[in-house]
Amino acid sequence: MRGIRSARAGALFALMVLFAAACGGEDGDGADLDADLGGSVEIAAVWTGAEQESFELVLDEFSERTGTEVTFTSTGDEIATVLRTRIEGGSPPQLAILPQPGLLNDLAEQDALEPIDEIVGDLVDESYAPIWRDLGSSSDDTLYGLFFKGDNKSTVFYNVGAFEDAGVEPPATWEEFIDAAQTLRDAGTTPLAIGGEAGWVLTDWFENIYIRMAGPEAYDQLTNHEIPWTDESVTEALELFAEVLSDDSLTLDQPTNVGFEESVDAVFADEPTAAMVFEGDFVPGATDVAKAAEPVTDYDVFDFPSIEGSDPAVVGGGSVVVMLEDTPQSRALLEFLGTPEAAEIIVAQGGFSSPNRDVDEAAYPNEIGQRTASSLADAEVFRFDLSDLVPTELGGDVPGSMWSILQDFAQDPSDVQGTAQRLEEVAARAFG
Amino acid sequence: MLAPALVFLGPALLILVALVVYPIVATVIFSFQDRTGDGFVGLANYREMLTNSRILTAIRNNVIWVLVVPPVVTGIGLVFAVLTERITFGRAFKTIVFMPMAISLVAGGVIWRVVYEDDPDKGLLNAGVRAVGAIFSAPGAYVGAGPSEGLREDEGALVLADPVPAGSTVEIGLLRLGASDIPEGARPASVTQPADGAISGAVFRDFTPGEEGTRGELDAGEIGLPGVAVELRDAAGEVVARSTTDERGRFDVPSLPPGSYQVGLAASNFRAPFSGIEWLGPALVTPAIIAAYTWIWAGFAMVVIAAGLAAIPREVLEAARVDGAKEWQTFRYITVPLLAPVIAVVLITLVIYVLKVFDIVLVIAPSNVQDDANVIALEMYQTAFGARNLGLGSAVAVLLFLLVVPFMAINIRRFRAEQG
Repeated sequence: MRGIRSARAGALFALMVLFAAACGGEDGDGADLDADLGGSVEIAAVWTGAEQESFELVLDEFSERTGTEVTFTSTGDEIATVLRTRIEGGSPPQLAILPQPGLLNDLAEQDALEPIDEIVGDLVDESYAPIWRDLGSSSDDTLYGLFFKGDNKSTVFYNVGAFEDAGVEPPATWEEFIDAAQTLRDAGTTPLAIGGEAGWVLTDWFENIYIRMAGPEAYDQLTNHEIPWTDESVTEALELFAEVLSDDSLTLDQPTNVGFEESVDAVFADEPTAAMVFEGDFVPGATDVAKAAEPVTDYDVFDFPSIEGSDPAVVGGGSVVVMLEDTPQSRALLEFLGTPEAAEIIVAQGGFSSPNRDVDEAAYPNEIGQRTASSLADAEVFRFDLSDLVPTELGGDVPGSMWSILQDFAQDPSDVQGTAQRLEEVAARAFG
Repeated sequence: MLAPALVFLGPALLILVALVVYPIVATVIFSFQDRTGDGFVGLANYREMLTNSRILTAIRNNVIWVLVVPPVVTGIGLVFAVLTERITFGRAFKTIVFMPMAISLVAGGVIWRVVYEDDPDKGLLNAGVRAVGAIFSAPGAYVGAGPSEGLREDEGALVLADPVPAGSTVEIGLLRLGASDIPEGARPASVTQPADGAISGAVFRDFTPGEEGTRGELDAGEIGLPGVAVELRDAAGEVVARSTTDERGRFDVPSLPPGSYQVGLAASNFRAPFSGIEWLGPALVTPAIIAAYTWIWAGFAMVVIAAGLAAIPREVLEAARVDGAKEWQTFRYITVPLLAPVIAVVLITLVIYVLKVFDIVLVIAPSNVQDDANVIALEMYQTAFGARNLGLGSAVAVLLFLLVVPFMAINIRRFRAEQG
């Protein structure tokens, strides 16, 4: 993931330079800020580099409007450790932006968080799909978190030229998807690039298939290991995945030999060697080749196809703002971060989607960004990336996790039962 | 007088206890605890270690490493050391062989990772292997083409499912060909009527955008494929006639005896270029890493043995030669025995290093074959700090420690013997 991060960071930086000129002196809509607030507030987040710089633009706007001094603390990937240490030391930052809801729950259980229903509850109900309230709430349904960022990992990017040469349209259902893939193949373009040398690409595939076949409830149960991985729902999803993996005329090379960057370049190149690549909304910023491609004319995007009539579902991630100390300044900043205005500042930098439905589509730097963001904001079903929610031993980049089990599966897709069995063994150990 | 001794030994002892003894004891204690170190689980971690297939693979790989690397590296070092004594550019040669020692294992690993790369545009080895392979089997002009309706695959060739009688025309469609796969000068396909007793037909790209045509039939606008080798077989399966298509994909086989014929496209049209060797696949990854490690360490063995060689009294060698010993006999019965202590040091040092091998495996093995290339030290790191299972990771560390101890003991005993 490091490579992607830095590639995205590069893209963000480039856009930021453009934006810095454009955003000065813009008038706000909606944020009701006290110009004489003053004081200071600290906010901690995992963002570094260009992501941090983009976010600081939002904070600068807030400072300018309120006279409040904002300190941004970048924690890197160690936000859980940093926050726990600061909480124990009795001086937590007033606000923090958490990369996963699991941490929100942990902190809420420790009574480290302030409930925010009274401050932004109405805003969350008005501007966000209901799922974001659930995700921002602790297990006892108290609202503790406001989602500021969303990642859409249910997008399939395709080469427009390859689709035109083969005369196929972006598919909406799994059957159309397989048909399109076969037509592309017959027309002489390898349909799919799957960067399975990176295990997370395969887990994302599985999660998107699973949530559509088994539904969000089963997805939650599987996430919490309330149903075993040997459950029929898992084997059915694996069987469907095997439809793609077992037909080597549908995929570029053997998927486990293809790196993620390679899979992106295969589709985004001027002379593509594959027509479609599935991954998150960060794909267009992931490599130099992808960044050089023109949105809409060179490449375009469609949502991961619906399976057996499933509702639009998005698997992804998000960053949630929580309040650790209730001060007038932290309240004001929290409120500000919930406004479309704050989100519009940062989405304009590219590579950043807001789950807030009131964010103006025109704020996104291009049409592709608008569409991936609106599928995210309008999703009836949204779930966090399962592999980010389960213990590292099962979902992380360690030997024997579902990353490598699915890689073995990609090499031998006939062994559905054995794969489910192995996943269950690791899950039992990881949850045990 | 204990007190003054303690004063002088104290600092060293303190550091030794803090940095060596304490971690060893703590690791042993951790190894009996659960994943977070919150409770004791008895021997469960050790049981897990000896049943977990991944850890067993790591142990097996380590055994291979220990059996192969020290003898091979020492052997190569010995040969280089002896030979460089004789040649003019010995010093330059030694410098070159020793050079890999100057770079870190990680950097060496990165170099070899690229050398082993599958893609011949990046991987040096596969570039060579493919260049040689291309001499023996020329790739076809239509690699990757697939059959349309009515065709079936037969040992690499594509043949029409139904035999046709002499005097008929056939339409043979191919799929999976992109615009860039079609040779320049190809024109829309057409079919000519055959003369009596002849078979004619066309080979064409059976695809039109929008899928308006019928598969297996020649539709308007479909492009002929030039240069396709066509074969006709009789009922016995013998090739009785051959032809090649023109720029409209047409072919014509005149004057055949009456009967029906199997029309097909020769396998040579579709033969894929030799794709090279998958060096970093599950089967070859450990040997590949061992080769890289050998490249790095051969210089070390050579330099140490060369130093030992320089210390051998010349008279002994002279005496052997005067007595009529051949070169090989001198080497085998004089040089090697005199070098034995040095060789033993090199061997044991290598065994200890090889048991602890870690970074080069991490760097060279692609993540999807890391399980196949796994070694004990890597497994320890991944379990303890990747999967955050402190207990199991510590148990693996204890295993590694126990394996290294005997060789350390041998080393210490030798050290003492030399001192005495």
